[in-house]
Amino acid sequence: MLEIVGVEDVAALFADVPSALRERAGLDLAPGLSEIEVRRQLETLASRNTAATQHCFMGAGAYPHFIPAVVDQILQRAEFYSAYTPYQPEVSQGTLQAIFEFQTLVAMLLGMEVANASMYDGASATAEAVLMALRMRNKRPRVLLSRGLHPQYRETIRTYATGAGSFELVEIPFDSSGRTDLAWLKNHLDDQVAAVVLGYPNFFGVIEDLGAAAELAHANDSVVISATTEAAALGLLKPPGQQGVDIAVAEGQSLGIPMSYGGPGVGLFATRNELVRMMPGRLVGEAYDGAGRRGYVLTLATREQHIRREKATSNICTNQGLMALALTVHVSLLGKNGIRRLAVANTTAAHDVAHRLAGKGWIAPFSAPFFNEVVLRRDDAAAKWQAARAKGILAGIALERWYPDLRDCLLLCVTEVHSAAAIDALTEELA
Amino acid sequence: MEFPEDLKYSKEHEWVLVEGNTATVGITDYAQDQLGDIVFVELPAIDDKVSKEDAFGVVESVKAVSDIYAPVSGKVLEINDDLPDNPEMLNEDPYGDGWIIKIEMNDPDELKDLMTATEYEEYVAEEKE
Amino acid sequence: MSDPTQKQAGLLLDEPLIFERSRPGRAGVSYPNSDKDPELILPAELLREPIAGFPEVSEPEVLRHFLRLSQWNYGTATTFYPLGSCTMKYNPVVNEVVARLDGFAGLHPLSPDDGAQGALEVILAVERILAEITGMDAVSLQPAAGAQGELTGMKMIRAYHVDRGDARRKVLIPASAHGTNPASAALCGYGTVQIEGNRIGLIEVDAVRRAMNREVAALMITNPNTLGLFEREIMQVAAVVHEQGGLVYLDGANLNALMGVAKPAHMGADVMQINLHKTFSTPHGGGGPGSGPVAVDALLEPYLPTPRVRRDANGLHWSSDFPKSIGRVRSFFGNFGMHVRALAYMLALGGDGLTQATQMAVLSANYIRRRLEGAYHLAFPATCMHECVFSDKGFEANGIKTLDIAKRLLDFGFYAPTIYFPLVVPGALMIEPTETESKETLDQFIAAMLEIAREAREEPDTLHQAPTHTPVGRLDEARAARRPVLRWQPVSPT
Repeated sequence: MLEIVGVEDVAALFADVPSALRERAGLDLAPGLSEIEVRRQLETLASRNTAATQHCFMGAGAYPHFIPAVVDQILQRAEFYSAYTPYQPEVSQGTLQAIFEFQTLVAMLLGMEVANASMYDGASATAEAVLMALRMRNKRPRVLLSRGLHPQYRETIRTYATGAGSFELVEIPFDSSGRTDLAWLKNHLDDQVAAVVLGYPNFFGVIEDLGAAAELAHANDSVVISATTEAAALGLLKPPGQQGVDIAVAEGQSLGIPMSYGGPGVGLFATRNELVRMMPGRLVGEAYDGAGRRGYVLTLATREQHIRREKATSNICTNQGLMALALTVHVSLLGKNGIRRLAVANTTAAHDVAHRLAGKGWIAPFSAPFFNEVVLRRDDAAAKWQAARAKGILAGIALERWYPDLRDCLLLCVTEVHSAAAIDALTEELA
Repeated sequence: MEFPEDLKYSKEHEWVLVEGNTATVGITDYAQDQLGDIVFVELPAIDDKVSKEDAFGVVESVKAVSDIYAPVSGKVLEINDDLPDNPEMLNEDPYGDGWIIKIEMNDPDELKDLMTATEYEEYVAEEKE
Repeated sequence: MSDPTQKQAGLLLDEPLIFERSRPGRAGVSYPNSDKDPELILPAELLREPIAGFPEVSEPEVLRHFLRLSQWNYGTATTFYPLGSCTMKYNPVVNEVVARLDGFAGLHPLSPDDGAQGALEVILAVERILAEITGMDAVSLQPAAGAQGELTGMKMIRAYHVDRGDARRKVLIPASAHGTNPASAALCGYGTVQIEGNRIGLIEVDAVRRAMNREVAALMITNPNTLGLFEREIMQVAAVVHEQGGLVYLDGANLNALMGVAKPAHMGADVMQINLHKTFSTPHGGGGPGSGPVAVDALLEPYLPTPRVRRDANGLHWSSDFPKSIGRVRSFFGNFGMHVRALAYMLALGGDGLTQATQMAVLSANYIRRRLEGAYHLAFPATCMHECVFSDKGFEANGIKTLDIAKRLLDFGFYAPTIYFPLVVPGALMIEPTETESKETLDQFIAAMLEIAREAREEPDTLHQAPTHTPVGRLDEARAARRPVLRWQPVSPT
C-alpha cells in the first residue's frame, strides 16, 4: 500500500502536520489489552456498582422496569446497531421502517398526530419543545415552568435558553395537592407568555390536570407543553393529546431500555400536523419506488441543520435510533392490552406500598392521584432510608436536595419488577 | 429553457408580469430547474406589505430551501391558493399555473431595475459558469 | 415495502408494518398482578381507553418481524461502509457485552455515589484518556451526541465572554464546515461569518485576519477539515483569533486522523467535542445514540456542564459546586452505556494501538485516493488525512451524477460514501475507509468503483436505473415530501 501511495513510510503521510505538533503528540497511555483483560477490568468496575444489584425503589426520571428477552435479541443485531442514519434508503429499510413504526407508536401513546424519529432524552426534548414554542410565539419572551417539572429538565431548559435570545423562565408553584397551582397560573398568564410547561405525571408522581391547564393557557394563546418522565404511565392515563397539549414530549427509557446510569434513553417528541415544519429532529415518511413498492425515507429534511444551517429548527442531527428500536420492539410485544396491563401493575403496586406505609406513620403530603411514584414523609425519613440501605434496599430518593421545602420526604417508585418479597422487605424496613 | 419575452426578470430569478398597476410574480424556469422537485411553498397573506428585494415567501425542494424575493414593492392582492397543495406546479408550469402572488405596486418605476428576457438569459448563462 | 397485490414479492421480502400484522387478542408478553380494575385505584376521568390501533402480535411474530427488518439494512458489521465524515469503523462485540453487565446496565443514575464507584471510575477514566489524546485540561462526558457537544462548547464560549463583560456577536465558520456548526452557533445567539477556503480548500491565516475583530466570539474550525485535509496554518490562525480575544472551537468530528499525531490543544483549540461513536468505536445505532464529550483548556474549565466527578478521601463523588458552570444539557450524566463501550475500546487499543489506528486510517484513505484518482475527479489533489473527496466532474456528457454512482455502489454490496457534502465541492463523493478494513476489502471496493466509472462512460443507463439488487429501488422522495405520510393510521380511528 505504501508503494502505491508513493511514500516510504507512514510518517510521510503526515508531512502536512507541522512538526511542532507531531513532536508533542505522543500518547502517555497504557499498552493495549487482550479481550479477556478488558473484560476482567470492566467486570471489576461493574462489580463496584453495588447499588445496581440492590432493590431499587427509585424513579425520578429513570425507572427500573422489566425488559423481555426479545428486545435485547433484536438490539444485538449488528445490522441494526452498526448502521448509520439511513441516508441510503434502499439499503436501510430496516432502520427506516422501524422508525416509521416508532413514530406511529409514539404519536398513539401521546395521543398526538405526529411524532419525530426521536431526541436524545426527555430533558433535551423538553428544552427543544420550549425553543419551538418560542419560535411559534416569537413576540412573547416568557415561559412558565411548573415547579413540579423534573428539576433536571428545568435546568436543561435553562441552559438551552440562555443566550438563545432574551427569554425569561418563571416557575409556577405547586399546591397542596401536589399539582401545579392553576390559580397562580391564571393570574400570571398575559401577552408575554409564550408557553407553559408541566410534567405528566409530574416529578412527584402526581397526575396533573393537563386539560384545565391547557384551557387556561389557550385562552391566553400560549403554547402548552407536557413532559412525561415515566412513559409507562401513558398506557393507562389519558394522553396529553386528548387534553389540549400542543407539544408532548417524554423520556422513553421505561419502555425497553435499561437504566444504564441514566443514558442512553430516548426522547419522544410529538405535536399536531400543522406544526410539523416547526418541529426539530429527523422524520421518516412513506415513499414508493418506480415499481410501486412501498418503502420509507427520511423526509422534510429542509428543516434541518445540514440544509438550513444557521436557520435550522435545531442543531440536532442524530436520532436515538437504537433506543427508539428498543422501545418499538418492547411496545410491539406489549401491544394494546399489555401496555395497559403494565401500567395497571405499576399503579397497583405503588398504591399498595403507599397504603401499607400510611399505616406505619408515613404521611402523604400531597392529595392528588399518583401513578407509580409517591411522596411520603416521616420525621425520621433519613434514618429509615439508611437502615433500608443497610439491608440492600434503595428506598426512594430524598427530595430536599431539589425542594428545601419538602424536608423528610422520600419519593418512592414501585414497578412490576418488584416482587412481593421485595415490597414486604421495603415496608418492613421503613416501618 | 424558456424565458418569455413579455416578462421582466429579477436577479433573484423571479419573473414579473405587469398588467396596469398589478405585478404577477413567479419563479423562472431556471430557478425551478436549479431547485429540482419542489415540495413545499410558503406564501404571504393577502394585504401583506412586501418590499423590493425582501423575502416574502419560501420554496423548498427535497434537499434545498430558497427564499422568494419581491421584485417590486407593494401590497399583496392575491395569492395562488392552489400552490401549497400542489407545489409541483412550480416545476411543471412556472410561468402559468405556477404563479405565486399578485402585487399592487407602490412605485412602477422600480420595474426599471428588472431585466428583459434577453438580458436575463445572458445573466443565467453567466451564473452557470 | 409490503404490497399484498404484488404476488412476485416472496415471503422474505414482504414484511408488512407491525400494525398490519396485528390480530385481536394476541400479545407478546404478559405481566403478573395486572388484572386489577384500574378504576378501583384512579378516578375514571384520568384514564384512557385501550389505545386504538396498537399492535396485537405474538412473541414469535414480533421476533420474526424485526429480524426481517434487520436483514434489509447494510451495517459496518455486514459490509464496507465508506461514509465520509462518519468514521464507520468496526464496533467490537466485546463492547456490547461489557455495557450489558448488570453492574452497569442495572444502575440507577441517582444511586448513592458510594454504590456507584465503578461507574464513576469509568467516567473518570474516559475523561482522562480523552484529555491525554486531545491535550486538553478537562473533559465532560455529559453531551449526548456530537451536535450537543458543539452546543455545549458554544454555550461555554458565550458564558466566558459574558463573564468578562464582553458579549460578542459573531462566530467565524469555514464554508466547508458541517451544518451543525452554524446551527449550534445560532442556538447561542451568534451570527455567523463564512470564511472561504483557498484554492486547495484550506483556511489561510490572512482570510481569518481579515474577518477577525473584537465582535467575534470564536472561530469554529474542523481539523482535518471536511475535505480530509490538514489545516496547515492552524496554529497561526488560532493565534490571530486569540490576539483579538476570541476563542477557538475545534470540531472534533475528524479526531480519527489525529490520535498520536497532533493534539488539538497544541493547535490552539480552547474547546472541542469528541464523537465517541466515530473515533472510539461505539456503534452508530442507525442514527444514535451517540456521545459527544467536550474537552476544554483551563480558560474554559470553570464553565463545563455539571455535575462533575471529583475525588476525595471517601472516593469519587458527583459535585455541582461550580458556580460558573453553564449548567446541564440533559438529564443525569450523559450516555453512560456509550462511555463503557468507549472505555473498553480505549483499553483494548492502548496508546500505541490508538496511534496505529490513526496511521492505518490515513494510509487506507490515501490508498483509495491514489487508486481512484485516474478514474474520478479528485476535488483537491493532495495527500489526504483519513478521508478523500472526489466528485462527478467529467461524467456530465452521459448525464451521470454523484447520486447515480452512489446508488450503483449499493448494487455491488457496498454502502455509499457521503454525497453532496462538503458543499464547497459540487457533486462531492466523500470516502472514509477507516482503519478496520483489510486491503482486500479496499481492493474490492476500488474494483467496484472502477467498474462503475467504466459503466458511466459505456452504459450510463445501468447507473441511472441503479440500484436493482436491493429490497426497493429508488424511492420518490419528492412525492414523500409533498404529501408527507409520517405514521400509520388505524383504518377506523375511534
